[in-house]
Amino acid sequence: MNEGVVWLTIFVLSVFVGIEVISKVSSTLHTPLMSGANAIHGIILLGAILVTGTTHSTVALVVGLVAIILATVNMVGGFVVTDRMLQMFTRKKKPAAAASGDESASGGAA
Amino acid sequence: MPVWVQVVYLFCAVGFILALKGLSGPKTARGGNLIGATAAVIGVVLPFIYVDNMQHVPLILIAIAVGVVGGVYGARTVQMTQMPQMVALFNGVGGGAAALVALLELHHVLGLKHPDSVGWFEYAATAFTIFVGAVSFAGSLITFAKLQELMTSRPVIFPGLPIVFGGLLLAAVGLSVVTVTNAGMLVGIVLGLVGLAFGVLLVLPVGGADVPIVISLLNAFTGLTVAAGGYVLGNTLLLVGGTLVGASGTFLTLLMARAMGRSVANILFGALKGGSTLGGGTASDRPVKSAGPEDIGILLAYANRVIIVPGYGLAVAQAQHTLRELVDLLTERGIKVDYAIHPVAGRMPGHMNVLLAEAQVPYEQLVEMDDINSEFKHTDVVLVVGANDVVNPAAKTTPGAPIYGMPILNADEAEQIVFMKRSMRPGFAGIENELLFDPKTTLLFGDAKDSLGKLLKAVESL
Repeated sequence: MNEGVVWLTIFVLSVFVGIEVISKVSSTLHTPLMSGANAIHGIILLGAILVTGTTHSTVALVVGLVAIILATVNMVGGFVVTDRMLQMFTRKKKPAAAASGDESASGGAA
Repeated sequence: MPVWVQVVYLFCAVGFILALKGLSGPKTARGGNLIGATAAVIGVVLPFIYVDNMQHVPLILIAIAVGVVGGVYGARTVQMTQMPQMVALFNGVGGGAAALVALLELHHVLGLKHPDSVGWFEYAATAFTIFVGAVSFAGSLITFAKLQELMTSRPVIFPGLPIVFGGLLLAAVGLSVVTVTNAGMLVGIVLGLVGLAFGVLLVLPVGGADVPIVISLLNAFTGLTVAAGGYVLGNTLLLVGGTLVGASGTFLTLLMARAMGRSVANILFGALKGGSTLGGGTASDRPVKSAGPEDIGILLAYANRVIIVPGYGLAVAQAQHTLRELVDLLTERGIKVDYAIHPVAGRMPGHMNVLLAEAQVPYEQLVEMDDINSEFKHTDVVLVVGANDVVNPAAKTTPGAPIYGMPILNADEAEQIVFMKRSMRPGFAGIENELLFDPKTTLLFGDAKDSLGKLLKAVESL
């Protein structure tokens, strides 16, 4: 099998999988989903490490290190900020409403 | 690359698929994000293990540490209201990194003894990554500046923009062809610079309310550049991860655009076709009915059914907590209160849910537009807090308005409408809201937090 066709196959299948897995998302989750997907493409960090780790030129090394910093910010920041958003969705029970926890008779859809 | 590494990459790729799958359901979302993060970390650690004779390891580790500190700091300190621009920024730096990686790979390939041994398609993919990565970088920085209000959030256009735009696109195609036929570092760098200019011009004409859609689109762009970069580097994980984001990001962009009743082409280029998304942007001096917090308090306290329409203004004033207290108080009085959440309330689809969840509003009180729109007819008071465009009847009645066709909350069907506003300035879309001048409408001017506090006192005293 031609190697180029193998790559093309992976690409085309990934397109369909990418659309299929998120096709049922509710609009409530659009923002976290966008943010999570954003973090996933931070995997370019892997590419940045590969090119930087094999270079012998000083200029390329500097550019590579910049790329690594940028890619790390994308990846790590992306996952952390997504987690922060999602944390708020899961916290359904009212946690001791800080200092002013006086009214506890709320909640529920009245 | 050893076979075992390729197998581990396969596992990581499956991890990314599971991550996206998880992220699209409320219960599984957090777990999905964790799976994605784990897969990404494993993928990044691998080259340190399998690459023979890896150079500059200490420097690389230092660079990663700098990135981790920067990323975590930014992600943890950002206000929830400013999250859309944070996502834009993260996306932009990712695109920039992809473009730099492609430039480095070009440099590497040109240094080979036989650069001709590399296929034309790899040069084409390299050119694609450089150009689109640069577009994503520059475009995201402009979206960041727009949302952070470092520059005007109105569409910026100048005469001849379409010509410059077309010229840049032609230049990009030409430079890509040169990269394939006669590659050189200079060509690659110029291609990157053209990409930067193109990215700036792509986002400038987009109006404030549409910027989030553009963030999503640029996110998909970055995904595709990472995929192309994966092909160039011969790395399956980059190819699969990037393609997943590119495909799902494109699909998500279309979903968001549909939620606003707009086409992506109209969002990107609408302003070029005669400034239809410009809007007024100035305060109106037509007469309106306004009242003090005491009057509104009475109105609310003796209602049976109240619906709150929260908007971005609520979040800006940091008044979510005060609003929740008011709703709790009304609920205790036996009034049925719900929040009506427009799909694009806030700055991005789903943004308002995040902001209200932060204020510990029970999830059940947040009702989506389609489920609550039939209820407005039976509602005594609609309290619109810092929202405007999402209840603007112009979306239904005025063809040609920038928001025409966007589904809105039917607040105009309620008995009474109360708008809490800072001033008569129009909303994010920059157009006047006829509902403000409706005889059923009362305005309560002032800072949302301040006014809600007074409302709270007024209701308490009854």
